[in-house]
Amino acid sequence: MKASLIRTLVALATLLIAVVAGVAIGETSIEPGVVVQVLANKLWNAGYALDPIDEGIVWNYRLTRALVAAACGAGLATCGVILQSLLRNPLADPYLLGISAGASTGAVMVALLGVGAGMISLSVGAFAGAVTAFVLVILLARVSGSASGTGQIILAGIAGSQLFNALTAFLITRSASSEQARGIMFWLLGNLGGVRWPSVWLAVPVAVLGLVVCLWHRRALDAFTFGADSAASLGIPVRQVQILLIGCAALVTAVMVSIVGSIGFVGLVIPHAARLLLGTGHARLLPASALGGAVFLIAADVLSRTLIKGQVIPVGVITALVGAPVFALILVGRRSAR
Amino acid sequence: MSSVLSCSDLSFKVRGAELLNGVSLEVQRGETLGIVGPNGSGKSTLLKLLAGLREPSAGEVLLDGQRLGKMARRSIAQKLAVVEQQADTDDGIRVFDAVALGRTPWLSALQPWSAADDAIVEQALTDVDAMHLRTRLWRSLSGGERQRVHIARALAQRPQILLLDEPANHRDIQHQLTILNVVQALPVTTLIALHDLNQALKCDRLAVLERGRLVALGAPLEVLTPQRLQDTFGVRAHYLTDPFDGAQILRFHS
Repeated sequence: MKASLIRTLVALATLLIAVVAGVAIGETSIEPGVVVQVLANKLWNAGYALDPIDEGIVWNYRLTRALVAAACGAGLATCGVILQSLLRNPLADPYLLGISAGASTGAVMVALLGVGAGMISLSVGAFAGAVTAFVLVILLARVSGSASGTGQIILAGIAGSQLFNALTAFLITRSASSEQARGIMFWLLGNLGGVRWPSVWLAVPVAVLGLVVCLWHRRALDAFTFGADSAASLGIPVRQVQILLIGCAALVTAVMVSIVGSIGFVGLVIPHAARLLLGTGHARLLPASALGGAVFLIAADVLSRTLIKGQVIPVGVITALVGAPVFALILVGRRSAR
Repeated sequence: MSSVLSCSDLSFKVRGAELLNGVSLEVQRGETLGIVGPNGSGKSTLLKLLAGLREPSAGEVLLDGQRLGKMARRSIAQKLAVVEQQADTDDGIRVFDAVALGRTPWLSALQPWSAADDAIVEQALTDVDAMHLRTRLWRSLSGGERQRVHIARALAQRPQILLLDEPANHRDIQHQLTILNVVQALPVTTLIALHDLNQALKCDRLAVLERGRLVALGAPLEVLTPQRLQDTFGVRAHYLTDPFDGAQILRFHS
């Protein structure tokens, strides 16, 4: 019990350091001490005398950005763990399975066709799109061959991604003004610019909720190690757990996509790294993946802002640059394991 | 003797193909009931239906007098454990953790793993003579070792009934013998699908399946008559008597 308390504290400290670093590092770097002082001022009215411009940058721009990055990273990594466990497929990831693409289509549809506005209705649209995409991809994988085949579902995911990306492009071309189109295209590649406090209040609770729901079902996720029949014989109500947890993954993905666009490979890279370090038990794998995802996306965001002076690279580009080689490594690793 | 697991008029169809047709049988408490039959005769299907892993198209299964379809998966798993034919994983899981999965039906989200659970897992590993494998990775095990770990996982469920699907399939001869001995020495009711008819002779009773139908049920020597072997399995065979202990052994002719 004591050891797990220490681990939790270490994890939270790591997260805090990552957030402070994410706030401090940028084109105009800010002393970590100043960052902490701003936090103290805002949270406890500590009353440090600070440059109001620095304070504004830290509180309204950098901090919101770092927190949303952390929530997205944690949420997407959790989704990756869920999908890999339930589908028994090491390559499962919300981005590769087309769930992110479906969520984008849903969000764009809501934004352009004006079915209500605001963050929540965007998320609802994205959720509908995510679920639709997942169901389509699974059906396609089933129809086209054995659903257990690793390759089949990834191929179906590619088909799904292409379809939904095409739908999104079609919607944009048909209904968006050129200015809207530019904004949407930039958002689609994964963009943490322009997130403010309302985004934080949506992203953080959803990420935490996703993690808690999964931790609650950690033993069920473990029980899927030897497949769905084996889970059922271990007393897991398989269909119920699958619907709940995949619904949870779709919701988390949808909310993150509606805030920052589709950021790929976080759900692939982070759970694999965590498994290598900690083994397969979900009681440790889930929190470790969430933490890893949070730190990874904060770091990717810092890179995206600082790599090219005066330019912001979409953060999805950075994660893909890291993620695609890892994807290749997993493919090769599986082959040699056979 | 009372029946712990029974089924009546059990049928199972997949896309019109009848895999099981009107099977009724009662498993007595404490017995080892072997299921034999040629490939595709419905042995695995019968076990899956009895374990509640598939929904029968007709008929019903009773576990301890309760209808299986009405029971929660968790309460089924507390009474009945299944060892599947080829459950495999690509995960880098260790043997101890694989066996520890057997405690799943007894643990809940808020209940931590306890020393008692450790003891049960270790006992299960000892029962199948796999204690020395406990820290090995699943991937590194041979087929026979994997099967033993599966059985240990099932034993860690502390079930009253154990359903085993062809556990002798890919094991070396020494372990083929010990597994059946182990299973028969345990205080559990066992239902076991077997390929090797000479092994099947060691069961208390045998059920013979042929194209989805139960064609014989009873003591091994009464059921596996030369006539039955000819009709169901298409082999000619006669019994030899072992001069050591008087046991009956089947000898097959082409």
